[in-house]
Amino acid sequence: MTAGAAAPNRPETRSRREGADAAPRRHSFGHVLRAEWTKFRTVRGWMIGMTIAGLLTVLVGYLSAAGSHTGCGSSGGACHVVNPVGPGGEAVTDSFYFVHRPLAGNGSITARVTSLSGQLPKASGGRIEVGHGAQAGLNPGLEPWSKAGIIIKASTRQGSAYAAVLVTGDHGVRMQDNYTQDIAGPAGRPSAASPRWLRLTRSGDTITGYASAGGAHWTRIGTVALAGLPATAQAGLFATSPAYTQTVTQGVIGNSGIGGPTLATGVFDHVSLRSTSPASTWRGDLIGGGPAAAYPVAGGGYHRSGGRFTVTGSGDIAPALDNGPGIGQSIQLSLVGTFFGLIAVVVVGAMFITAEYRRGLIRATLAASPRRGQLLAAKAVVIGAVAFVTGLAAAIVAIPLNDAKARANGNYIYPVNVLTEVRIVVGTAALLAVAAVLAMAVGAALRRSAIAVTTVIVVIVLPYLISVTNLLSSSGDQWLLKLAPAAAFSIQQAIPNYPQVSNVCSAGGGCYPLAPWTGFAVLCAWAAAALGLAAVLLRRRDA
Amino acid sequence: MSQALQVPPVGRQQVPPAAGPGPRDVLHAEWTKLRTAPGMIGLLLAAIGLTVALGAAAAAAARCPAVGCGPDPARISFTGVELGQAVVAIVAVLVVSGEYSTGMIRTTLAAMPRRSAVLAAKAAVVAGLVLAAGTIAVLGSLLAGRLILPGHGFTPAHGFPPLSLGDGPVLRAAAGSVLYLALIALLGLGAATAVRDSAAAIGLVLGLLYLLPIVAALVSDKDLQRHLLQAAPMTAGLEIQVTTGLRDLPLSPWAGLGVLAAWAAGALVAGGLLLRFRDA
Repeated sequence: MTAGAAAPNRPETRSRREGADAAPRRHSFGHVLRAEWTKFRTVRGWMIGMTIAGLLTVLVGYLSAAGSHTGCGSSGGACHVVNPVGPGGEAVTDSFYFVHRPLAGNGSITARVTSLSGQLPKASGGRIEVGHGAQAGLNPGLEPWSKAGIIIKASTRQGSAYAAVLVTGDHGVRMQDNYTQDIAGPAGRPSAASPRWLRLTRSGDTITGYASAGGAHWTRIGTVALAGLPATAQAGLFATSPAYTQTVTQGVIGNSGIGGPTLATGVFDHVSLRSTSPASTWRGDLIGGGPAAAYPVAGGGYHRSGGRFTVTGSGDIAPALDNGPGIGQSIQLSLVGTFFGLIAVVVVGAMFITAEYRRGLIRATLAASPRRGQLLAAKAVVIGAVAFVTGLAAAIVAIPLNDAKARANGNYIYPVNVLTEVRIVVGTAALLAVAAVLAMAVGAALRRSAIAVTTVIVVIVLPYLISVTNLLSSSGDQWLLKLAPAAAFSIQQAIPNYPQVSNVCSAGGGCYPLAPWTGFAVLCAWAAAALGLAAVLLRRRDA
Repeated sequence: MSQALQVPPVGRQQVPPAAGPGPRDVLHAEWTKLRTAPGMIGLLLAAIGLTVALGAAAAAAARCPAVGCGPDPARISFTGVELGQAVVAIVAVLVVSGEYSTGMIRTTLAAMPRRSAVLAAKAAVVAGLVLAAGTIAVLGSLLAGRLILPGHGFTPAHGFPPLSLGDGPVLRAAAGSVLYLALIALLGLGAATAVRDSAAAIGLVLGLLYLLPIVAALVSDKDLQRHLLQAAPMTAGLEIQVTTGLRDLPLSPWAGLGVLAAWAAGALVAGGLLLRFRDA
């Protein structure tokens, strides 16, 4: 019975399947895709809109670069400030006071730090006054990342390779090397009652850092390899203290950083240098500084009495940040036009579907390709691909063109490595692509173009605007830029956030709370949610 | 019955047919269209709700830990205007581009051939509605700020008395915010008349409003930044909301609102000329 009933059914089922197969073959995804692409490319306004998006992305950055002149002092003339470049190719700050001796071949340096103190600029009525002399106008106080310790450095040239073990104002003992690397050691600030012993040993290119509380039991903090460290390096004591910055809010748009150089003083004893090199005397050198320095420095020096060294320094040994106290801008500023391009892309993306509703074309479209999810996917692919190509072309043109213009006006551009540049270019294209898909999905859900365009622009641009105009507290800004689609602009951030550098991280300064691809993922999540909503609504509603 | 037939000729004698509909008729026609267009009431309610909601959220996120803290309580309370203006711009854009998308504009212009009068009537109706909605939104924001801010450190002890319209600068900020919204509506109306397509018009208006301040915040050149802040319709216009640190403003509050008024006037003139010389 069951077999008999099943047998006659089988051919019928098969034929129905074939019929079902035949229809999708005509409406295969490739065909729907091709239909959507034909629609897009034959509407002149949309092609013009995408061209405008690309042009705006390039030209706004160009106008901004053309209008930005960096002068030096009151003379106003072009002043070419250049940061030293570290072993990794990044711009670095390398300003400190260095008391050193040559270290030939393998060996080690040990010292005990009994005190770390410092001086900050006087704050009066929100304005910082920095004295003219090294000590004038400064009050006692210590920056959290003031540093004093021992260091092995390839040479006294700024930007040369190094490894150091150091005590800090608020972050305990650290081992740092080659400007960007930072390893935490034991916590606490040194004092006469609880000094810190520090040691660095060199074996070939490998340097190991140790710390100890009493000088008997040593804790290894880390081992680092410094490629190409010369046979005779410089080893010794150093002190440095980063510039003090404070953000002040003023008027409608206001985050101007004010601040000034600070000083740190470390007191060392039990200093010993073990090496095969012939005995030589200690020598003190101010690394960096001077009137043309990119980083503000208040001076420095050292004093020796018996076995006790008092070293005072100013500056920093760290990656240089474009929104820090130094001068210059990063390549992301040449892409400031992305916001303008984004709005044009959003307008076209929303119209790509709302225009069909307005003219009733949507009914013909849905009759021709009844699988509505497939239609939405095809539209997303077409608009995303067009926006991606537009963004890619714009970013490839904008970065070299606008950087060259900014340089010609005396602006210093922070160097970035090739991988970062590729990430910024591809990321800008991907940002426009996903924003276009988001706009299309919102357009499909809302159907009316003015409301859809406004929704997408407000959702993307307004949180960013509120952040850069510093309306909220900085914690509020951080929240906003972690959750809002504008988090994706972190993909354009050229200089990473380094936890070992005190820095006011603000969107206006080109600094975002999330890592580049994480921020981009936030926008993707918004676009995915909008697409999901659009798919549900498109399936449920009559067109 | 004969009397009833005689009444219209009397009316026609008073308003000769050659003169077409008078200003009041145009105004009444535009008011009827706006009142009955689907979604307009909803949009105005959304403008009010979003303005108050964002203002309350900004007030809840603001902190004043000590005397001399940076934030400006009036500006925080009226932050919602930055969002509300987008909805106001939609209303203004739809009043014009809605007619273009349905072809209604041809009927409108056939009935009322004086095109500048049509645009003026639309401007009057939209501005009046936005002034009314803006007043409700701004008063609501002020109330929210007055209730929320003292709990976050904006107390008399820190130098901030409760927000009150009796305070000259706060009154100026509140009244100015209402005027700001009305001027944004006129800017949107002018832009939509010039561009005709609603998506392109709203993109143009919001780009002009939101993007210039972002560029101003990002450029490193201080002179360029100041010029951008003075020229951008949103930053210049919103200076009317500032009640503290007036010394550091790129423009005085009323001059800033004047810059926005100039943008709105320019958009209306451009839209009016295009409307006059172009086929509908």
